Amino acid sequence: MTETIAKTEISFTVNGRPRTVTVEPRKTLADTLREDCGLTGTHVGCEHGVCGACTVLVDGKAVRSCLMFGAQADGAEIRTVEGLAEGEALAPLQEAFIRNHALQCGFCTPGFLMLITGALDENPDIRDEELTEILSSNLCRCTGYRNIIRAAIETAETLRRSRGAA
Amino acid sequence: MTASDKTEAKPLRAERTRWIGQRVTRLEDRPMVTGTGHYVGDLNLPNQLHARVVRSAHARGRILGIDCAEARALPGVAAVWTAEDLGDLPPIPFRATSIKGLDPYCQPCLARGDVRYVGEPVAIVFAETPQIAEDAADLVFADVDEIAPYLDATQDPPDFAEGHGCEPVVIEKGYGDAEAAFAQATHVIELDLGIGRHSGIPMETRGALAVWDAGRRRLDMYGATKRPHWNRDRLAEMFGMSPSEIALHEPHVGGGFGIRGELYPEDVLVCLAALRLGRPVKWIEDRREHMQSANQSREQTHRIRAAIDADGRILGIDETLWHDQGAYVRTHGARVADMSIGLLLGPYRVPAYRARAHYRLTNKTPAATYRAPGRFEGSFVRERMIDAIAVRIGLDPMEVRRRNFIRADEMPFARNLTALETEVILDSGDYEGLLGKALAFSDWQRLSAEAETRRAAGDCVGTGLGFFVEKSGLGPSELVRVSVSTDGRVEVVTGAASLGQGMETAMAQICAETLGVHYNVIRVVHGDTDRIPYGYGAHASRVTVMTGEATRRAAELLRERALDMGAELLQAAPETLDILDGMIVSRDGAEVSLAEVARHLDPASATRGAREPGLAAEAWFHNKHMNYPYGAHTAMVSVDPETGAVRVERYSVTYDVGRAVNPAMIEGQILGGLSQGLGGALFEEFRYDESGQPVSVTFADYLMVSSAEMPPCDILILEDAPSPLNPLGLKGAGEGGVTAAGATIASAIDAALGRPGLVERLPATPQYIRRRIAEWDAAHGTPEGADA
Repeated sequence: MTETIAKTEISFTVNGRPRTVTVEPRKTLADTLREDCGLTGTHVGCEHGVCGACTVLVDGKAVRSCLMFGAQADGAEIRTVEGLAEGEALAPLQEAFIRNHALQCGFCTPGFLMLITGALDENPDIRDEELTEILSSNLCRCTGYRNIIRAAIETAETLRRSRGAA
Repeated sequence: MTASDKTEAKPLRAERTRWIGQRVTRLEDRPMVTGTGHYVGDLNLPNQLHARVVRSAHARGRILGIDCAEARALPGVAAVWTAEDLGDLPPIPFRATSIKGLDPYCQPCLARGDVRYVGEPVAIVFAETPQIAEDAADLVFADVDEIAPYLDATQDPPDFAEGHGCEPVVIEKGYGDAEAAFAQATHVIELDLGIGRHSGIPMETRGALAVWDAGRRRLDMYGATKRPHWNRDRLAEMFGMSPSEIALHEPHVGGGFGIRGELYPEDVLVCLAALRLGRPVKWIEDRREHMQSANQSREQTHRIRAAIDADGRILGIDETLWHDQGAYVRTHGARVADMSIGLLLGPYRVPAYRARAHYRLTNKTPAATYRAPGRFEGSFVRERMIDAIAVRIGLDPMEVRRRNFIRADEMPFARNLTALETEVILDSGDYEGLLGKALAFSDWQRLSAEAETRRAAGDCVGTGLGFFVEKSGLGPSELVRVSVSTDGRVEVVTGAASLGQGMETAMAQICAETLGVHYNVIRVVHGDTDRIPYGYGAHASRVTVMTGEATRRAAELLRERALDMGAELLQAAPETLDILDGMIVSRDGAEVSLAEVARHLDPASATRGAREPGLAAEAWFHNKHMNYPYGAHTAMVSVDPETGAVRVERYSVTYDVGRAVNPAMIEGQILGGLSQGLGGALFEEFRYDESGQPVSVTFADYLMVSSAEMPPCDILILEDAPSPLNPLGLKGAGEGGVTAAGATIASAIDAALGRPGLVERLPATPQYIRRRIAEWDAAHGTPEGADA
């Protein structure tokens, strides 16, 4: 413990941008993103994988970035909350969160946004009940969830409609 | 003035956009959905050190020694402190009330002589990285001679220290002749009730970042919230500095619920380290620490006795409670115990009352306020009693309520009691009216009939209602400064704080409507002691009332100044002008923008004349008395008698908030509050084993409501009883979603199981319900048709 821990170099893409960082093997992906990539939108709420505030997408799957080491993400494609909007244009899910008052303090919000984004990417035809059930994997202490559920279902519908129109 | 002039004057006003009462989206949201908000953990300063607290592993004991040698020797460690290193740093003070004798029980920033709860700070490490700090903290060894802990506040209190027992005070309140009331009663009902230990559990843990600029003699602390000015002043006293040398700053804050933003040992230590070590110091709590060290709340045992006449009218109430304060007195002093008995009576007329609160220090994490403090507990106790009266007399509980409600024509109604150092005077309310609306809104008759049908078919389904009176708008004062800059943007500065509740939007709406601008040109600055000399913070559902009214007053003054300057520029009388969407307009169509007016009010402007420079105004709102929103919760629950699991199927909240500034945000407050209330009613509890070890220190042990447990909830916001204590009629809306949840769920569980009075304690966990079914059936016999 007293000797200096050797750092390892890892490379991944975050929100489409390639990154190479040098981190201690024990550093979590959450801390790697926050401290070494400057992406502090990913929040750390419990560090034991329950609250889901740190949820990001790794190769398209929603993961708890506090339960994964940064080194394990070597070569991965990562998406974080900072990658949702395109420039000034918010993603439909972000807009739905605002419209439905699905956030208060906003600390859990990035985790919910990534959780829902991952679920909708994985299965655009996801049923409302499945989507609602997936939401129970993250914790929010402000909103009582009902507006988050509304925003998620509304976004799923929006995306289905826009696919149908395309 | 011609007739046509008069008719034209009206549309000018009618064009004004209404902002108060609108469901506008929040100004706060964009950074939060894009990940660009900055919470304290996101802030860093060059050359900063990281702090890690070493916490007691023992609930009670004498400190024989603390060995820090190994930790100090670890490369990258800058300092390790124990109490000895703190010199004469005083313990953390509390906000004084008329309750005396609490000083010897205040918490030292690091344990001195004794440890008194698991999680108490005994040492603190400062190191180059958070990882090294954590490694070093593991190397600190505190040698403690254990003493048997005091864990049950209903047991006789042992000594706290020489000459000081563990019960510093018994708070007493009352009025009328309670003895006579009980002597003439037809029925006397006594209930023994209890509430477990809960806390707010914001999703962001606590944190602080402090930096000392010795050259400018200036200490800055980031991560403050709730009470920045009070905390700044106390830090100044503790360090022997001038308040002008200290500034506290509030970044984005990940929820508070009453427990966050108080002055905790860690805040003081981080600031002291920045002063002494000459480097910025950052501390971010981990979740396990949070569950052992942030304020807990709610744990009280109540014995309530009611004297009732033959018709179910309350003649008198006698209440005793035992308040488990945990190991130290924290910044609230004895407020929760005091408030519990001061506000217990809710909406009911009680001719005689006497109450005593045993305030006792145990060996658990210290306690203070958590959203609806004293009222979640008190509403559970009082409404349990209403249900018990109904059973005893053989009346519908709604009829018991109607017979005992204070009537609308009795308002304002002086309770002859105090809470939070003010007289309790119910300012306005129509309790019976609201009950009727709540029953209709929740479809109570139909739901109750449906529950009965399902019970007849063998299911355990029941409905319950809890009525509550909240309190809000605690004074004493709030100051707001509003200014318009030369680009037309408006800034509202307040000393109140924002913990995520949406206060920026609410203040912007009030300012926008008063001044005549769009709400999205308004920036609301809060929680920064550098920006405003006074502030009383965000707590007690006070911000919308206190800061809201101060904002309205300041905006009104600013409006007058703008119109005065605008009148000269437009060559019109001020009273013929209006401000619409940032433009001063006259009836003949001439206009000038507020931006332009601000430029004319520049100190060097030739057009300013003798007017005060700047388009700005400030105003105070002082308020001696709280106001009292009120409402009702209803629930339909089903219980699995095999497992004891409760499912909340339907829920409704009816809440009169006087005047709703933003109904969508109020619904959000109610829903969020309800998720915490249901957690407290069914799942959440900090448990301790017999040696005082906390066993609920992760989210796997302390169970909070997730979306799977959160029922659909219908919300009816009423504005039937505006507060007469402020011109907009505002009452606070931050706590009513929590307040009656315990009472309501308990009542519904009783009904579902057909066993009146079954729930005596919260949370009503599956294990508890199974045990109580057995106890109830042993005492009363298994109800007909019920599962044994």
